[in-house]
Amino acid sequence: MTSTNGHSQTLETDQPGAAQRHGGKVMRFHLKIWRQANPQSAGRMVDYEIDNVPTAASFLEMLDILNERLVARGEDPIEHDSDCREGICGTCSLTINGIPHGGQRGSATCQLHMRTFRDGDTIYVEPWRARPFPVIKDLVIDRAAFDRIIQAGGFITARTGSAPEANALPVPKVAADLAMDAAACIGCGACVAACKNSSAMLFTAAKIAHLNYLPQGQAEKDTRVLNMVRQMDKEGFGGCTNQYECSAVCPKEIDAAFIAKMNREYALASLKDITTGLGSAVD
Amino acid sequence: MNPILAFYRSSIGRKWVVAITGLVLFGFVIGHMLGNLQMFWGPDQINSYAVHLRDLGPLLWIVRIVLLTCFVLHIQCTIALARANRAARPEKYAYYATKQASKASRTMIVSGLIVLSFVLFHLMHFTFGWIDARNANLHEAAQDPLLGPGRHDVYRMVIAGFNHWPVSFFYLLGIGLLCWHLSHGFASVFQTLGLRNHRVEGFLRWTSGGLAALVFLGYCAIPLAVMTGILTDTNHPFGTPEQHPDAGHGAKTAAAVAR
Ligand code: HEM
Ligand code: SF4
Ligand code: FES
Repeated sequence: MTSTNGHSQTLETDQPGAAQRHGGKVMRFHLKIWRQANPQSAGRMVDYEIDNVPTAASFLEMLDILNERLVARGEDPIEHDSDCREGICGTCSLTINGIPHGGQRGSATCQLHMRTFRDGDTIYVEPWRARPFPVIKDLVIDRAAFDRIIQAGGFITARTGSAPEANALPVPKVAADLAMDAAACIGCGACVAACKNSSAMLFTAAKIAHLNYLPQGQAEKDTRVLNMVRQMDKEGFGGCTNQYECSAVCPKEIDAAFIAKMNREYALASLKDITTGLGSAVD
Repeated sequence: MNPILAFYRSSIGRKWVVAITGLVLFGFVIGHMLGNLQMFWGPDQINSYAVHLRDLGPLLWIVRIVLLTCFVLHIQCTIALARANRAARPEKYAYYATKQASKASRTMIVSGLIVLSFVLFHLMHFTFGWIDARNANLHEAAQDPLLGPGRHDVYRMVIAGFNHWPVSFFYLLGIGLLCWHLSHGFASVFQTLGLRNHRVEGFLRWTSGGLAALVFLGYCAIPLAVMTGILTDTNHPFGTPEQHPDAGHGAKTAAAVAR
């Protein structure tokens, strides 16, 4: 799989003054990047040499620089996802040297800076790897499977109309805090990418927990866990083997204890399904 | 789908089955170790313990059936999970890296399958007596000549078994891998059953490692004691015909069986 194009390409700077403008602090890297023309074609790792990268550049900016130089040479730029570039949207998604988001604690790829690497490092850049996350092009993957898991969770029962009085529904402080911790998940999919089994349990558990902790989420508590877990299985994600690689790479440091909660609630909901029937929408 | 079947076929349902059967098997592992350690209290202790177990009759069979069922379900579910996990990542990373998963946690299926082959060998050796029929059928000299041979001589069977170094070696390897399996497995059960959170996480990790180490020492003490000569059958009070106080009919039977 580690195929290269045989010759590696050096991409000289497009701005001869870059080194001076960055106080002489520029770096060079050997990049090995996954290129794949479309979902059907076979991809491969391609070597790129890049120099004159400012130390202040983020990882995505480094790819932008590389892409500008590729475009200038008339080549196809490397497709990769990004949106907010401040660690809150969950769009960026690169596996860097085997670790999703590059291994900097509690941060997404867009918050990773080139100064955290050493000058001359070889860096592998790959897309998230999971059957339910097919590659669309190069480093861009399709994460619609996550949307379908959320959809399977359904609605919460709430009175519509004018806004209710804020204190009408008491929410215990602990529950509010835990629900907020779970709701911090930005749906990036790094947990799946880091897991040896491509398991989506951290994501699914977080999405279940942030409603199941709150009084507003109680009415559909059981059907929510049943349907979301069944959809997760249906998408073809693997199962958790309790290694917690997911939490370790999660940009929001979602706690794997939420998975324990999901395991517990799933078993209880299944028991209720067996004894009284909950009528799951997913089978 | 039938809700029971839906649970059993789901990823989390299978994990529950693995955890509960794993816990039952772990209980057996502890009980069996405590039973075995009676070797150090001498032949009378271990041989009468064996008689007590046999005397349980139908209860013994219930225990055996429960254990066998757990073993089969554990293996069936772990293999099904492992296959689904493999299928979920058809394209591997070119650069393989791990942040924190222990080696034991990444080799559960390998350690499990080697433990399986060890368990089969162990049963054929000591329970069915197919490997070493001569030593498996040793009996104590009869207390009463009219009643035929005495109790099944577990003590001498074990010592004879572990005096073959390949047997001891495979035993140490099997137990080593079982404990390696448990070092991840024990803590894992609590996560699967939804009983783990950040407050007990450290405690679980240490107890898991500690229990695995204890089980390792408890089981390995016996073959090591046999190989180093700490446990021998030369001072067996009623095993060897020459030493038996009334070497008569029973002793001859024992000797005949031994032959
Ligand atoms: C006396 C024998 C055994 C004991 C005491 C035992 C115990 C355990 C325990 C306690 C777990 C943790 C369950 C959990 O994750 O919640 C486990 C997991 C596992 N066992 Fe065993 N086991 C035994 C035999 C086997 C065998 C023969 C296999 C062969 C296939 C096997 C394969 C596995 C696998 C693959 C896992 C990991 C499951 C996962 O993490 O999802 N085990 N075992
Ligand atoms: S749990 Fe963490 S790693 Fe997984 S999708 Fe949510 S934010 Fe990303
Ligand atoms: S681009 Fe939004 S989190 Fe990285």
